[in-house]
Amino acid sequence: MKYATTMIVGAGIALLAAGLFMPGWLTFLLTLAFAKGLVVMGLLLLMRAGLVSFGQGLYYCLGAYCVGIAGDYFETQNALLLLLLAIVVCVALAAVIGLLLCRYRDIFFAMFSMAFSMILYGVLVKSSAFGSSDGFNVKPPLLFGWTPTGESGPFLAYGLAVVALVGVGIFVWRYLRSPMGYAGEAVRENEIRVEYLGASVRRIIYTKYLLAAAMAGLGGGITALAAGHIDPEMAYWTTSGEFVFIALMGGVGHAAGPVIGAVLFELLRTYAFQISPYTWQMILGIALLVIILYLPKGVWSLVERVTKGKPL
Amino acid sequence: MNALLETRSLARNFGAVTAAADIDVTINAGEIVGVIGSNGAGKTTFINMVTGYLAPSSGEILFKGKSIVGKNPRQVMRAGICRSFQVAQLFPELTVLDNVLIAYGIMKHKILPLMSPLATKANIQQAEQLLEEYGITSYMAETVVTLPQGVRKLLDIALAMLRKPEILLLDEPTSGVAIDDKFELMDTVMRAVRKSGAAVLFVEHDMEVIARYSTRLIAFYDGRVLADGAVSEVMGDEKVKELVTGHHLDIDYEREVEHA
Amino acid sequence: MKLVIAMLMDGVIYASWLFVIAAGLTLIYGVMRILNMAHGSFYAIGAYGGASLVGFYLAGGYPPWGAYFMLLGAALIGGTVVGLLIERGLLRMMYGRDEVVMILVTYAILLILEDVIKLIWGVDAYFAYQPYTLLGRTKLAGLSFANYDILLIFVSALICFVLWWGLNRTRKGKLLQAVIHDRDTAAFLGINVTRMFTVTFVIGAVLGALAGALTAPGISVMPGIGVEVIILAFAVVVIGGLGSVGGALLGALIVGLARSAAVHLYPDAELFVIYGVMGLVLAFRPQGLFAIATARKI
Repeated sequence: MKYATTMIVGAGIALLAAGLFMPGWLTFLLTLAFAKGLVVMGLLLLMRAGLVSFGQGLYYCLGAYCVGIAGDYFETQNALLLLLLAIVVCVALAAVIGLLLCRYRDIFFAMFSMAFSMILYGVLVKSSAFGSSDGFNVKPPLLFGWTPTGESGPFLAYGLAVVALVGVGIFVWRYLRSPMGYAGEAVRENEIRVEYLGASVRRIIYTKYLLAAAMAGLGGGITALAAGHIDPEMAYWTTSGEFVFIALMGGVGHAAGPVIGAVLFELLRTYAFQISPYTWQMILGIALLVIILYLPKGVWSLVERVTKGKPL
Repeated sequence: MNALLETRSLARNFGAVTAAADIDVTINAGEIVGVIGSNGAGKTTFINMVTGYLAPSSGEILFKGKSIVGKNPRQVMRAGICRSFQVAQLFPELTVLDNVLIAYGIMKHKILPLMSPLATKANIQQAEQLLEEYGITSYMAETVVTLPQGVRKLLDIALAMLRKPEILLLDEPTSGVAIDDKFELMDTVMRAVRKSGAAVLFVEHDMEVIARYSTRLIAFYDGRVLADGAVSEVMGDEKVKELVTGHHLDIDYEREVEHA
Repeated sequence: MKLVIAMLMDGVIYASWLFVIAAGLTLIYGVMRILNMAHGSFYAIGAYGGASLVGFYLAGGYPPWGAYFMLLGAALIGGTVVGLLIERGLLRMMYGRDEVVMILVTYAILLILEDVIKLIWGVDAYFAYQPYTLLGRTKLAGLSFANYDILLIFVSALICFVLWWGLNRTRKGKLLQAVIHDRDTAAFLGINVTRMFTVTFVIGAVLGALAGALTAPGISVMPGIGVEVIILAFAVVVIGGLGSVGGALLGALIVGLARSAAVHLYPDAELFVIYGVMGLVLAFRPQGLFAIATARKI
C-alpha cells in the first residue's frame, strides 16, 4: 500500500519535472487528457459497479461553468478556490439527482443520466448571459498571487492537473481495495446478495455517484482553467460518450486505466484529426470496435498481462 | 413453548395469481422444520415475505412477538432472520475468498470505509476459518462460476450464517446437488447450525433428507398449510399423499426441463 | 384560440415526425435488446439520400410529383443496404453481450457512419425543398400550415397502422412478438431468431431512413443532424417504455406537444422541456409508460 502511494507520488513528480521541458502543445494536450482522466476515474467507480453513466458531461460542464462564472462574478482568480467551488457545486447537484438515479440500472441509468446532462445543455445553449452556444472566455487563473504568463502560461493548469491526478489517483487506488470499493463489484455481480448481507445497494451507488460527480467537476474546472474557453458542448451527450470511450479504452480494472485511456484518446484524436480531418471520427469508431472485440478490459489489461507474466 | 417466528394468515398475490393464500406457521427456538410442497405451493414466496423481499398483501409476521412486516431484507437480517436461496446468490465473477471478504466487510461496518483496505491478513484469516467450517477451503482462490453446485450452495449458506441468525431459512438447500453429496452437505450445514443454536426452516423435495434432518414437517399446498406436525404423521396424511408427495415424480421431471 | 391551434398542430406534426424515428428504434430494442445509437445515422443517411435523389431527379426534368417516390426509394435503399451491412457484418459478432456494451458498439458505428456520410456527401448543406413547396399551404383559423407537414401526419399514422397490423394481425408479426416477449423460449419453439433479428434490424433501419427522407425537404440537410435526432428519439422511447411501439406513439405525442407548447410560450425552454418531461415520467414510472414485464429473480 505504501509502495503504491510512493509510486503514484513519484510518477506525479516526474510528470511535473517533465512539464518544465515540454513543448507548449504537449503540455496543453496532457492537461486536457489528465482532466478527462479525472472525470473517467469517477466513471470507473460507477462502471465497476456495473453502471455506465452517459451523462458525466453534466458535472464536467458544470464544474467548468462554475470556474468560469465564479471567476467573472466574484472577481477571484484563485485557482484552488475556484476548483473547490466547482467540486462543491457538483456534489450538491449530484446529491439531489443521485437520489433519483440510484434507483436505476443498466440502460435506464445510462439514458437517465444522459437526459440530465442534456437538460443542462439545453439550458446553457439558451442562456445568453453565458454566451449561449458559443460559451465564453475564462479569465487566466492565479495561484497564490502568481499569474503565469507567456511560456509558463499553460504550466499552471498542467501542474494543477498533475497534482489533482496524484491525489485522486491515490484515493481511487486505495478506494478500490476498501470495503466500499469491493462493494461496487458486489453490486455489479449480485444486488440481492448485497442486500441480504446487510448493505444498502442504493446507498453504495449513491456514494459512488457523488464521488464520480466530484471528480468530474474537478476535471471540468481544470479544463476551463487550461483551455480558457468553455461552451455548452461540454454537457452534450457526445462528450459523455467520449468519457465512456476513454474508460473502455484504458480499462476499468485499475486506477491507471483512465489516465492511460485519456492520454491515448487525446493523442489518437489529435493525430487522427491532423492526418485526415474528415475521417477522425471513423478512426475513433473503429478503435472502439477493436477494443470491444479484442481488448474488452482495455489497454491496461495489456500491461497486466506483461507484468503478471500472463500469456498474450 | 416460546414462538420465535409466527405468521398469521399471510397472503400474497401477483395480480390475479395467488402465490400465498393463508399461511399460518410457527417456529420455536431449536426446531428444525422441514417444508414440502409442489411448485407454486408458496414455499419460496413464504420465505421471501418473511425476509422482507416481498411485502405480504395481508397478514402478520411476528418475530419474537414483534411485527416485522414492512421491514426490508437488511433490517430483517439484522434482527436475526437469515436465508439461503434456491439458486445460490453469490458474486459469480469473483473468487470464493472475495465473496467472503465482501460479506465480512459489509457485516463489520455500518458505513463502509472508503480508504482502509479490506483484504487484510486478519480478515483473510477469518475468511479461511469460515470456509474451513464448511469444508470448502480448497476452493478459496477459485471463481464462483467454476464451482460445483454443492460448493455454491454451501457458500451461500455460509454467508447466510455469518450474522449468527436466530432463524435460518433454507430454500431447497440440496436442489441441484448430486444425490451422493446431499447428505454430506446437510451434515455440514446442520453441524454449523447446532453450533450456533439457530432454529431452521428448510424447503426440500427429497423425502429422505426431510426424514433424516427435520424434527417437524409442514406441507404446503396451493398457498396454504395443508398439514403440520411430526414427520411421520404428516407423511402419512392422506391429503398430503394425494396432493403433495404423490406428485413428486412429476415435479422433478418439470425441473429437469427447466434446467435443460 | 389561435395559439392553442398553432400549438396543437405544431405538436402533432412534430410528434408524427418523432414517431417514425422512434418506432424503428423501439422495434429494434424490443426484439434485439439493442439500444441503437446508430439510428441517428440511419436518419441522416435517409435525409442525405432523399435530398440528393430528389436533386438528381428534378435536374433531369421529370414530372415533379415523382420526387415523392424518390424520397421513399432513398429511404428503402439506404435503410436496407446500411441495415443489412451493419447487422450481417458487425452486430452478429456481438450478440449475447451486455446491453450496455451494445450501446457502445452502436456508438462506435455512429462515429463511423457520421464520417462515411461526410465522405459521400461532403460537409455542405443539401436542400430539396421542392416536394415541400409543391403542395402549397392551407389556411386554418387564420394560420398557415404547409400541406407537406399535414401529409406527414397522415404518412406517420399510416406507418403506425401498418406496424400495428403487421405485429398483431400477421403470422410473422406474432412470431416477432413471441421473440420480444421471451427470446429464449421463442428460439426453443423453433422460431428462427437470427433471421428475425436481421429482418427487424432492416425494418428499423428503413424506418429511421424514412424519417430522414421525409424530413429532408423541410430542412437543410447537413452534418450532425443524426446526432441531434438520436437523443430526441431516446427521450421518446424511454418515456413510452423501451421496446413498445404503442409507447413510442404516446411518447412522441407527449414530447411533440410539450415541445411545441414550450416553443410557443417560452422558447428558451425548448430542450429543457423534452428532458424535463422524460425525467418526470421516469421518476414515477421507471420502466416508461408501457413497460415490458420482467420475471422473478429468486
